[in-house]
Parts: sequence; C-alpha cells; structure tokens
Amino acid sequence: MARSGIELAAMAQTATARSARWHWAEWAFWLLPLIAYFLFPRHWVFLSQIAITALFCLSLDLILGYAGIVSLGHTAFFGVGAYTAGLLASHGLGDPLLGLLAAALCAAALGLLTSFLVLRGADLTRLMVTLGVAMMLYEAANKLTDITGGVDGVQGITVEPVLGRFALDLYGRTAYWYSLAVLFVLFWVARRLVHSPVGLSLRGIRQNVSRMPALGTPVNRRLAAIYTVGAAYAGVAGGLLAQTTQFVAVDVLAFPRSAELLLMLVLGGAGNLYGALVGAIVFMTARHLLSDINPQYWQFWLGLLLVLIVLFARDGIVGGLRRAIERISR
Amino acid sequence: MATVIFDGISSGMLLFLISVGLSVTLGLMGFVNLAHGAFAMLGGYVCVVLLNRAGIPFLATLPLVVVSIALAGVVLERTLYRRLYGATHLDQVLFSIGLMLMAIGAAHYGFGDQQQPLALPQFLQGQINLPGLDLGIYRLFLVVTGLAIAAALELLVWRTRFGARLRAAVDNPIAARGLGIDVQRVYTLAFALGSALAGLGGALGVEVLGLDPGFPVKYIVYFLIVVAVGGSGSIKGSLLAALILGVADVAGKYYVPQVGAFVIYAVMVAMLIFRPQGLFGRRVAH
Amino acid sequence: MSTVLETRGLVKCFGRFVAADGVNLRVQAGARHALIGPNGAGKTTLINLLTGFLEPTAGDILFKGEVVTRLPQHRRVQRGLARTFQINRLFADLTALESVLIAVNERLGLAGRFWRPVGAFAQAVDDATAVLSDLHLLEVAHERTRSLPYGKRRLLEIALALAARPQVLLLDEPAAGVPAAESRELFDTIARLPRDVTVLLIEHDMDLVFRFADRISVLVDGALLAEGEPEVIARHPRVKEVYLGGASDG
Repeated sequence: MARSGIELAAMAQTATARSARWHWAEWAFWLLPLIAYFLFPRHWVFLSQIAITALFCLSLDLILGYAGIVSLGHTAFFGVGAYTAGLLASHGLGDPLLGLLAAALCAAALGLLTSFLVLRGADLTRLMVTLGVAMMLYEAANKLTDITGGVDGVQGITVEPVLGRFALDLYGRTAYWYSLAVLFVLFWVARRLVHSPVGLSLRGIRQNVSRMPALGTPVNRRLAAIYTVGAAYAGVAGGLLAQTTQFVAVDVLAFPRSAELLLMLVLGGAGNLYGALVGAIVFMTARHLLSDINPQYWQFWLGLLLVLIVLFARDGIVGGLRRAIERISR
Repeated sequence: MATVIFDGISSGMLLFLISVGLSVTLGLMGFVNLAHGAFAMLGGYVCVVLLNRAGIPFLATLPLVVVSIALAGVVLERTLYRRLYGATHLDQVLFSIGLMLMAIGAAHYGFGDQQQPLALPQFLQGQINLPGLDLGIYRLFLVVTGLAIAAALELLVWRTRFGARLRAAVDNPIAARGLGIDVQRVYTLAFALGSALAGLGGALGVEVLGLDPGFPVKYIVYFLIVVAVGGSGSIKGSLLAALILGVADVAGKYYVPQVGAFVIYAVMVAMLIFRPQGLFGRRVAH
Repeated sequence: MSTVLETRGLVKCFGRFVAADGVNLRVQAGARHALIGPNGAGKTTLINLLTGFLEPTAGDILFKGEVVTRLPQHRRVQRGLARTFQINRLFADLTALESVLIAVNERLGLAGRFWRPVGAFAQAVDDATAVLSDLHLLEVAHERTRSLPYGKRRLLEIALALAARPQVLLLDEPAAGVPAAESRELFDTIARLPRDVTVLLIEHDMDLVFRFADRISVLVDGALLAEGEPEVIARHPRVKEVYLGGASDG
C-alpha cells in the first residue's frame, strides 16, 4: 500500500517530535536515585560522589560521544571548576550556587580558549594537545602551592547553606540532594541540546566530519561551542566536588582521572547521554565493592575489561542493552 | 653546562630508541598505540631477569631482549592489534590503554612495585673527565648505540628491499598489495621491529630511567611528545624531537627545577599549535 | 546568458604533480554542463577546488561574479554552490530524513537552535520531506543510512546537495556504481531539476552525457583540451584520440 506524500510527511513530523519526548524507561531510570536514597542511608556521601562523577562523565559524552572530540585532558576543566569553587569558598564567598556558576564560567573560559587548539590537527595531535594542556595545569597547580595548597589542598573551605536553607551535613543528605538536583537539571538541558538542531549537526560532525562543510556547516564554530559547553559542565562537576567534600587538592587535575573518565564513558556507551550516567554508576559501584582488592590487580582487570569492551562490546552497556531489546522485539 | 647538554643528548637517544617504534607504527598503520611503553618495560624486565637470575652478562642480554620482544610483538600483532587496524583512533587509544593497564598489573604481580636493581658491567661504569665536560661512560655508550641504530634504520628504510616495501605500504597500501607486496607481513615485521627497539630502549634505560611497573604511564607522555612533535613515520623527526626533548628535560630540571615539567608540556603544545603535523610529518590525517 | 561559475588560471600542485594546469572554465547560468576526461585527468580535483574542499596553488574562482577563492566551503554552500561526492559520504547512523534535515537546517538558519527539538521546526521537516519525496526516498525516510541499498544511498547523496537549494550543483559521477536501470531514473531526476539550477557534472557514461548535456568540457592531464556543444565535441579529432587512442577517421 503506497502512502501519499502528505501522509508520509506527517509521519516524519510526529516521528522526529516523538523521539524528543521522554520515554517511560527514562522516568524509571530517574526513580533509581530516589529509591537509592531510601535504600542506602549510610552511603549518601558515596551516592553524591556517584552523581558528581556522572555529571563529569556526561560532560565528556557531550564532546566525545556527540562531537567526536577525543580528549585525554578533560579533567583540566573539572580541576579548574573545583579550584574556583574551593578558592571562592575559602575566601568567604561560600554561596554554593554562585560558586557553581563561577566554576562553570571559569571552566568555560578555559574551554573556549583551548578550543582553537583542539580543532587543529588530526587525532594524535588533538590527543596530545588536550593531554598537554591538562598536564600543564597539573604541574602549575603543583608548583603554585601558595594558592592551591598542593597535595594538602586548599585550606579553610566553608560552604554556606544551599539556597540559604539547606546546610551541608555530615551524613551527606544535603550533599546528595544538591548534587542530584544539579545533575538532573544539567542533564535535562543536555538532553534538550542533543535533540535540537545543534545536536543533530553535532551527530553529523561525529559521523562524517568531511561532509559537513559541504552541507553548509561551520564545523569549527560548532565544535568550539560544544567544547565550551562540555568544559562548563565538567567545571560544575568539579565545583560540586569541592563544595560537597570541602576539599580540593591537585589530584583533581591528575591524568588518571581523565583516563578513568574515558573508561567509564566507554563502559556505559558514548553518544546517548544515559551511557555516561550508567557507566559512572557501574564503575564507581564496582570500584567501591572491589576496593578490598589490591589496587594493582584492580588495574589489570580494568585493562582487561577495556580490551574486551573495545573488541566485543563497543557501544558499551547501554548500546548492548539497546541491541538486545531490538533483537527481542523482532 | 656542556655536561648537562651531553646528559640531555644521551637521554634523548634513549627516548629516540623507545619512541621510534611508536613513530613507525603510527606512520605506517595509523595505529595509536599507547601501550608502546609497555614493550619498553617488558624489555627492561627481561634484561633484569636474564642479568640477575640467569647471570648472563649485560651486553649479552641485549640481543636476547631484542629477539624476545620482537617475538612478543609478532604474537600480539597477529592476535590482537590486527583486529583494530581499521578502527577509529578512539578505539585504538582505549584498546592500547587497556593493554597498558594489563601489562602494569602483570608487572606488579610478577615483580612487585619496587625499582629493579641493575648492576652495570665494570667497563660501562665511571666517567671520562674532560675540561668542562664530564662524560659518563654509560651515557656515551647510549649515544653511540643510539646513533648506530638510527643510521641502521635509515639504511634499512631507504636502502633495502624491505624498506622499499615498507615505504610503499605506507604511501598506498592498496597499490602496494596490487604490486604483490604482502602488506600484512610488512605491518607485522614493522610492528615487531618497533617493539623490539622499544624493548632494547627499555633494557638500556633501566640504569638511567629506572624500572618499575609504573614505567609505561610515567613515560608514555614523553614518547607521545616525541612522535607528535617529530612527525609520525619520520625517523629523522623522531631523533630530532627526542634530542630536543631530552636536552630540554635535563636542562630544565637542572636550571629551573621549580618550573618542572610544565615547560615540556608548554613547548609541546606550542609546537603542535604551529605545526600540527609535527616537525617532519606529512599533512595527512589517518 | 551570464557566467555563474568561472575559474581563471586555476592551478593545483601536489608536490611536483600538477593536478590542475591553468584551467579556465566558464559555466553559464542554467546550463547542463558536463565535464569529461580520462581517469586521473583532474576532474574531481577541479570540483574540490571549486567548492573549497582543496585550496588552489594559484588562480581564482568566481561565483556569481564574486571572487570566492579563499572562501571556506560552508560559506560557498550558503551562497548557493553545492556538490555531491563520487564516493558516498553519508551519515551511517542517521536516518535519511535526519541527514537531509542537517542541510535544510543550515539553509534555514536553524542549525544553531539548541532548545527546541528538531521535529518542532515544521518548515524544516516539510522541506526535508519534500526533497526526499522528489528523489523517491520517502519510503526510507526513517531508515538508517547503513541499512539502505547502494542505489538509495546514491540518491541520498544527491538529496543532501539538493537540500541546500543550490543555484549551482556540482555532481561528481552521480551514477557511479548504480545499475543501468536505476541510473536512467537518476538522470531523469537530475533532468527534471528546474532550469534556474545550473548543473555541472562529471560523468563517464557517454550516452548519458550526450543525452543530458548542452555543453561539454574535456579535461586531460589537468588542462582543458576542448570545450563546446556535444556535437562539436563528438567530432573533435583530439578528443577522439584521447578516448579511443590514436587517430581514427570518422
């Protein structure tokens, strides 16, 4: 039965609009953190760390999963955000939301500044530049111990109550809801972004960058924009860490954090936002549960997992789930 | 000051030895192999085991290291690396990071995380004291070996049939296959060669750089800098970049220790801004 | 008749290899202009230069009377110059509709919108479905490119260029690899393009060229060997020599 052009056009309209609406599985997913609050009351601090890491992973997904920028130095933005919020809080400007805003702005500024570096050259150059910038910041932070406190960290961070009402407590209750709220809001914004025309053009860039200019896309400008947004997100995550733990030290800029982040994203599956969240959750939980195991052996299994994922399960947990569902529903 | 430069040059030679293999695999197969440092580490451990447990003299261990790491390279290339030649660079990065982590974990398990002791033979110890310049004998040995190998590589690439096949495979693998060149075999041999050189560099480097399971992570950035700055696929470029990096690193640590590695990274980033393809690299994106 | 696309002394060297050797090409508005020549003559290079995919070593390119030699690719597209690729460059995991929407969004200036979902912009979706419909791709609008057969992919490649509503369309061997029956349909589609769209195409199938083109340029070793109406080119002795190898008398 041939459909008329008008019918098909109408179908096209609803199909594209429909994919932007929230799927019931997404609602179900966001119930999990609520359930977790009640199920694990002694782990609120850890749960908030998961939320923060999930936000950090989300920021990498924006630039890597959607725009295809391979970065080994993403923790630079996380660190800048952490130090911004931490230093503000240690100098009397302890309002958390303002601190996050400042963290986002500083990280975004760095992202914008370095974006033109990232756009030059092929993959190895880009990898090295992102790594180089992050290492430069790390070394600088290590040397400028008057400001950064070096390994011991910034001293005297005092964070005021969130919205003037919710003080950060020892059990981590406020920290948890605070982190979760920030994560959810920023996730919601990111979700709108990836379903928008900008998101579509980014997916085009990731899948076939050489075709895009021939369609009229100013590729570099788009990449610089998303890189800046990704940097801002990472900065907020860093700021959250500084505020909820009231501690910032140079390890926020160290290379292993960037490498682990990459692993988390790949584990969960890049390019669909939820993979970033799932990857962070699974990785952090696994590490927490296996923390008794000698760290050296942990490294070996981590490496093996990574190799296996790349060889056999390239699109990560979420990708694998998706394929399984498709196969079942056939 | 001349001593500092000389020390820097010898460090650079070591870096060159280890990094040139990475440059070859990247320039040849376009493969970003972050596990390259693990081959160097493996070479170091083989040397130490042969020296300390089997009592084989230091110089005699070196050819054994070369052969064993070359074999390891062949096996790994055939079984694992080969599957990812067509993969995206991201996949290659992830894969090689995974291998690197596995190697580090295995080294921890097998050898513990302390530095490996290495006793150099008598004739390689000591210094030659010239006016204004102290030439460490071992470092002299490194420089001579490095130059010899660089020369041998140039000969290999430009004067032998294998080298011609290698260059053909780099330029145009499809056409090369059409000419009857077994491109797969060229890849395997090049990979083995690169890994073997890395292993040799690792063995030679135990005295200067130390050897512990953290070796690949500690130094991978240096190797990548050499390849990125020197231009992938260029032996001359790797040598030049390695020497510059070696001298800059040693001089930096000596004259401005408070700045530390910051300068290295800043110089690298600056170089890559102005010449994204490296000193000698070609403007071809793999 | 006005010249809508022009090159002046266009040169492109790759090291010592000269891919374009002082090419002076003129394409008239509304023309159906074919570019033919043996393999390796530099036809695709010329298209790459015209669109800004490659930078010339020397010479100038004029589009609608303005010099665009240094203008980046995407700006040329915005001014109305679009092209297809000889080997498909498509988006494997996007649907046909999504792929075309990218181009339509750019044209309508919507590509920078980041809040409302893609489907909310009705004008864009309508335009995209219209393009797909013109190329008989509407049935596969929601299928991922990777699952489309080659013929459909080739049509999609053209759809992407058409979505930009170009004034000048550069087609690089549009029927390459497409089986004979489908390539006829493809050319009919191209022939049905409105006359205010100028078409410059590279093609090897002489039947199609002579049916379609009203002007032919012959490119050999990076230089224009001959140019003129199809009948003139068909009888041109040097053209026959290049194609048939050796002088052959009528």
